[in-house]
Amino acid sequence: MNEQQQTLWQFMAQQSDKLLMQTLQHIGLTFISLIIAVLIGLPLGILIARKKKLSGSVLGVAGILQTIPSIALLGFMIPLLGIGAKPAIVALLLYALLPIIRNTYTGITGVDASVKEAAEAMGMSKWQVLFKVELPLAMPVILAGIRTATVINVGVATLASYIAAGGLGEFIFGGISLNNTNMILAGAIPAALLAILFDFLLSRLQHLNLKKLKTATATLPMLLFILACFYFIPSAYGGKLTAGFTPEFMGRQDGNLGLQSKYGLKIHTIVISDAVMYKAAFEKELDVISGYSTDGRLKAYGLIVLDDDKKIFPPYYAAPIVRDDALQKFPELEKTLNLLAGKINDSVMTDLNYRTDYLHQNPERVAKDFLMAHNLLRPERGGSNGIIRIGSKIFGEQYILASMYTMLIKGYTDYDVATKTGLGGTKICFDAMTNNQIDLYPEYTGTGLLAILQPSQKEIDAVTGDKEKTYTYVKNEFEKRYHIKWLQPIGFNNAYALMMRKKQAGELGVKTISNLKQYLERK
Amino acid sequence: MIKVDHLSKSFGKTKAVDQISFEVAGGENLILLGTSGCGKTTTLKMINRLIEPTGGKVLINDQNIMDQPPEMLRRGIGYVLQNNGLFPHYTVAENIAIVPRLLKWDEKRIKHRASELLEKLHLDKKYLNVYPNELSGGQQQRVGLARALVADPPVLLMDEPFGALDNVTRSKIQAEFKVLDELKRKTIIMVTHDVQEAFELGNRICLMDKGKVIQNGTPTELLFKPANAFVKDFLKEQRLQLEFKALRLNDIWKYLPSQTPKQGSVNLHGDVSFWSAIETFKFIKTEHLHIKHQQKDDYRSAGFEELMSAFYQYKKHQPHE
Repeated sequence: MNEQQQTLWQFMAQQSDKLLMQTLQHIGLTFISLIIAVLIGLPLGILIARKKKLSGSVLGVAGILQTIPSIALLGFMIPLLGIGAKPAIVALLLYALLPIIRNTYTGITGVDASVKEAAEAMGMSKWQVLFKVELPLAMPVILAGIRTATVINVGVATLASYIAAGGLGEFIFGGISLNNTNMILAGAIPAALLAILFDFLLSRLQHLNLKKLKTATATLPMLLFILACFYFIPSAYGGKLTAGFTPEFMGRQDGNLGLQSKYGLKIHTIVISDAVMYKAAFEKELDVISGYSTDGRLKAYGLIVLDDDKKIFPPYYAAPIVRDDALQKFPELEKTLNLLAGKINDSVMTDLNYRTDYLHQNPERVAKDFLMAHNLLRPERGGSNGIIRIGSKIFGEQYILASMYTMLIKGYTDYDVATKTGLGGTKICFDAMTNNQIDLYPEYTGTGLLAILQPSQKEIDAVTGDKEKTYTYVKNEFEKRYHIKWLQPIGFNNAYALMMRKKQAGELGVKTISNLKQYLERK
Repeated sequence: MIKVDHLSKSFGKTKAVDQISFEVAGGENLILLGTSGCGKTTTLKMINRLIEPTGGKVLINDQNIMDQPPEMLRRGIGYVLQNNGLFPHYTVAENIAIVPRLLKWDEKRIKHRASELLEKLHLDKKYLNVYPNELSGGQQQRVGLARALVADPPVLLMDEPFGALDNVTRSKIQAEFKVLDELKRKTIIMVTHDVQEAFELGNRICLMDKGKVIQNGTPTELLFKPANAFVKDFLKEQRLQLEFKALRLNDIWKYLPSQTPKQGSVNLHGDVSFWSAIETFKFIKTEHLHIKHQQKDDYRSAGFEELMSAFYQYKKHQPHE
């Protein structure tokens, strides 16, 4: 089946159960965090309306929280709270706090002073004044704050999928990684619709007259609670083991789809970013993960690769791919890049990755050490005969390779180098290349085949069994379609792999993916 | 009934109210009169503890107000504000029911009392279920008054209650106010900067300036026995009109001719103001007023000229004139 010809509607229909699950999770995440934000923000707003001296500092802190980039805030949460719903909810509620606190404060301080005075003068206690006068009269303003917070949360909740909390971000980021527009839209459109829908509903509530507002505010907490419970519906289907797959892996034929169709593997799956996946497996939050076979953390966290006995993961030999016009413009480039050909095998790459991913050594230092050890390092010539633009995807291995190429080009040629590292995902990297924003980046044969070329299943089956066939196929097709040349492979095969903790795999007697399937089916 | 004793309030270094003392007898209507910033509103709000005094004390029925929790104290004191302070999210009925509900009256009693008050205040019952913003300013002020009166508190505090109304509405409500039986038994302290209103509604007027009481007396005393130049100056502008309104026929009794009543005379009591007496004239020939003294069994009879002449005589015999 060719995914490019599939319409958005077909995609959504095909993935409807996943879409429903993600939407429920998305709504749930939004409203769990919203409820907690209201429970914290409302009393805080009331407090600072009473003690105005505190208002500056409380609103200041909430304002600062608001300015932290959402992805960074999620990142901060991981060391504190691990992965999954907890850190996502905390991050979301921190974003929702400011509008709620500020509007509660503004609403209460905005209540007509003579009305408050009358309430006191009639002998109402402080609490009676609060609940019978101040809060009801401030309610439209408070609701406006809740409305703002809801819309913010629907948006930020898409990022929750990075830390395995689910939501529509699974489709969005999976789609970006897979170069699959339908998948991006299947996540983005419902997310946008949710934001519009909740915004509309809350705006109606806000404009109700004062009398109806009383009943509305009484039913609102109930409604929020029900919506919050949506989050737990999908996770009610648990399993013996939990798998954590990257968004990209989820949607790939040589990923979860292949696991389901070829192995018939059915496992309780959550979607997670690869930045935290290994650690989560190490900390026993996940049992099975989708990793890269040369990842340095494999060694660091005591994980083993399950044998792909039905060969669903095609070979992923890394090689630099370069625009043809760049090769013509810089005649010495190809020769220089090929200096690295065949130099790095799997275990060397794993070791290099271990040094960056786990020992947190600078990729440039790791690259330099390697070149030095292999007598490839030469002092920079400081050349100015044109600039070569090198790209890289957003993980350690690519940073190391990009650094090596930079040093080689600077040492062996008179060209200068500009690097654009950390391009998030295959689609972004490849688009940068076709739009002539970079000249070269390291790519993998399997990715080139499945994520970029996306040939028919038959052609895939014909070439993936053999690493040479795959390489030749992508090399020819890239040249034909994009005028991009695959240079000689670097040597290592960074294939997808399923991994488990060594100890657990040993205990369960799981060595291959088929073993895993059998274990899961045993009751 | 209410005794204010060396009451003071300072905001930082400024003394808003400086050791003032006065007493209000039961059923009396005392007006705190003065320009803005003289401390009259601060004084009023200290009586129901909306503002806590920095010195002195207030006794209501010989009980120190500081000995009661403020909420309990306030439920026994009606309070009317200039901007009515009605709850915009409550209907008229709910607004009126606030204090009775705090006092845990049963709903039937509240309903009965609310409609009774609306009738006395000339408001249609259909207004019970509308919100304050649907009412005119005068109607809102009436509801504000009803809310203050509903639990029949013995004391009523009013902060410029008619200040936000237009002239026509104001004089209409003032006229109703004077004859409202609910108010006759109450001890009222009212704040105003309007001299006319003070003379119209007050049994006694307490003229304040810069946080101190300048003179505390009946309207007639303020006019004809002013304590100092400030008092005289304060009343200068509308003096003649104020005198007409302040003087009762009893005050000029000895200058009125005692003659047998003529036919077609209008009967009047001695406690009506000179102003109202003049207002009864329709300016036709042989028109006379037949006046009965309030305490004594004594009668006087006078035409317009004789009345004016009595006023003139009275003025001439005032020591300060």
